[in-house]
Amino acid sequence: MTAALEIRGLHVAYGARTVLSGIHLAVQRGEVLGLVGPNGCGKTTLIRAITRVTPWRSGEVLVGNVPVSGLSRRELAQRIAVVPQMTPLPIGYSALDVVLMGRTPHLGFLEHEGADDYAIAREALARAGAAALAERRVDELSGGEQQNVVLARALAQRTPVLLLDEPTAHLDIGHQMAVAALVRTLAHDHGVAVLAAIHDLTLASLSCDRVAVMAGGGLLAEGTPEQALTVENIERAYGVRVRVLHDAAPAPVIVPYSGGAIAP
Amino acid sequence: MTGAGNIEAWPQPTRAAMVRASLRVAAYPLSFAILFAALLLGTAIGPAAIGPDEVVRVLLRHILHINVQTEATADTIVWQIRFPRVLLAGLVGGTLGYAGAAYQGVFRNPLADPYLMGVASGAGLAAALVIVGPLPLMWGNISIITLAAFLGAVGAVALSYTLVARVGGVTPVSTLILSGIAISTLAVSATSYLMLTNGEDAIAVLSWLMGGFNDSSWRKMWFILPYTIPAAVVIYLHGRVLNVMQLDEQQAQQLGIDISRTQVILLVAASLASAAAVSVAGIIGFVGLVVPHAVRLVVGPDYRRLLPLSTVLGAAVLILADLGARTLVNPGELPIGVITAGLGAPFFLFLLRRQKKAYL
Ligand SMILES: Nc1ncnc2c1ncn2[C@@H]1O[C@H](COP(=O)(O)OP(=O)(O)OP(=O)(O)O)[C@@H](O)[C@H]1O
Ligand SMILES: [Mg+2]
Repeated sequence: MTAALEIRGLHVAYGARTVLSGIHLAVQRGEVLGLVGPNGCGKTTLIRAITRVTPWRSGEVLVGNVPVSGLSRRELAQRIAVVPQMTPLPIGYSALDVVLMGRTPHLGFLEHEGADDYAIAREALARAGAAALAERRVDELSGGEQQNVVLARALAQRTPVLLLDEPTAHLDIGHQMAVAALVRTLAHDHGVAVLAAIHDLTLASLSCDRVAVMAGGGLLAEGTPEQALTVENIERAYGVRVRVLHDAAPAPVIVPYSGGAIAP
Repeated sequence: MTGAGNIEAWPQPTRAAMVRASLRVAAYPLSFAILFAALLLGTAIGPAAIGPDEVVRVLLRHILHINVQTEATADTIVWQIRFPRVLLAGLVGGTLGYAGAAYQGVFRNPLADPYLMGVASGAGLAAALVIVGPLPLMWGNISIITLAAFLGAVGAVALSYTLVARVGGVTPVSTLILSGIAISTLAVSATSYLMLTNGEDAIAVLSWLMGGFNDSSWRKMWFILPYTIPAAVVIYLHGRVLNVMQLDEQQAQQLGIDISRTQVILLVAASLASAAAVSVAGIIGFVGLVVPHAVRLVVGPDYRRLLPLSTVLGAAVLILADLGARTLVNPGELPIGVITAGLGAPFFLFLLRRQKKAYL
């Protein structure tokens, strides 16, 4: 089976500093792959490189078996949607305006948004739990509300691949669970391939089908949450010792020692 | 899902929101009415009073070739002197209006105006070189100053754009702004030096720099039209794309927009048009900065409305400013910049003071 998204030996450097040294990773249709790793390990760089915002030195990215380097920006945006980590939103536009911008790759240059685009945008807002924000100005929304609007914009793109860069960073536990449930539904019921960078290891464990642990420019481990999120892997990646509870939930729960102290 | 379909949470429109919504609807007819009134007033008012009915008759006769009775002197004054002047002011004002909006959109910066990348300073330096230098000001029918100013304007923008580095294939807009400022400063200081060392021509240079329409002609109109019409079409067609570009470069790219290509297209169009405007009318400040802001304050940030409305109102504003410039003092004329800034700045401050929310 061809992967929905395949990263082959991707090598990215900023000047002389190598950030990704030959990463291999594949995301299948209908699965949620969690990407975890310490600050600065290159999660955002990977997502930016996949969408060709950051150039790479060598390697290739394939989306549905088509090399990304041969696609136009528009074709790329028809296949891959991104919720970036930092999303400054413009002043004065409504949430609905911003979500409608997600239709950009599907509109011809001279075309305006039609009734179906509005329907898709409103549905996306509802799915992201932000229906009530439609007419509000995005610059007046809270950080978490803005994040949901940007998620809705990515949903409105209706792409087979969805990249999320810490989509729950600003969200309360209720909205975190809602987003996790939404992402699983998109993958399992609609066949979307999801790659999500997540800092909360327990959330990654509970909401992802597979987890990839990044460190030092490469992948340390990859597999089911059980296989990837072990005490040893976490210590190697983050330099802290944690407890991994296996009976508390359907997937491992990761708990720091009290006060975040270094291993006993 | 939390919040989904929660109908009670939908806010009731406030009175202010309703006023705003109706202004949005009325904006087009209102702006066109203002422009039409400005055209008529500008043509009718002057040292020799000509009634609006006579103005309309002359225009009908020449534009629609309707055979109506017109008075000979009125005919000459309207058709040879005032109407070209009013039309030229309208074209220049409209150009500065949409070019300013386009610059603000490309740069995502409220301080941007059509002169940001060096159009005005480049034109000014080239015009000053012609005035102080050995070149004739006219070559047959062709104004060397106008041509030189146009080339200087385009050259300055091209320099500002090409001298800066690309980051990942995209030029960061803040870098572009700074390089535009550097080039402009260089050109302005060279112009000042030329004026200082050529005292006998300094007044002529200064009077060109300050701009105005007192030697308007149909020929100048034909000079600006081939630039401003295509540029307006190209820029209007990018209205929706300009909205998406108000997100940052990364998001716009990830939504399928080729940022560097779009930047170049929009900057070339806006710069050529404003270069043509400056080369026929000199450096008229404030219109390209303030008109788009005033429109934005009323109808919101959507470039699909902002661009055409800035054109129409920019045209009306400059026609009225020119009317003030040639009628407020007698004899002689005020520099038009005194009017655009003198009346424009207080009006703009008034609009800003009434504004309770951030709007840009
Ligand atoms: N534009 C840039 N120029 C130079 N170095 C950069 C740039 N962007 C990121 N880096 C560096 O590349 C490395 C990876 O950054 P990246 O943003 O991909 O990390 P991350 O895994 O997303 O971190 P976080 O968890 O904090 O979001 C970091 O060391 C960072 O300092
Ligand atoms: Mg990151």
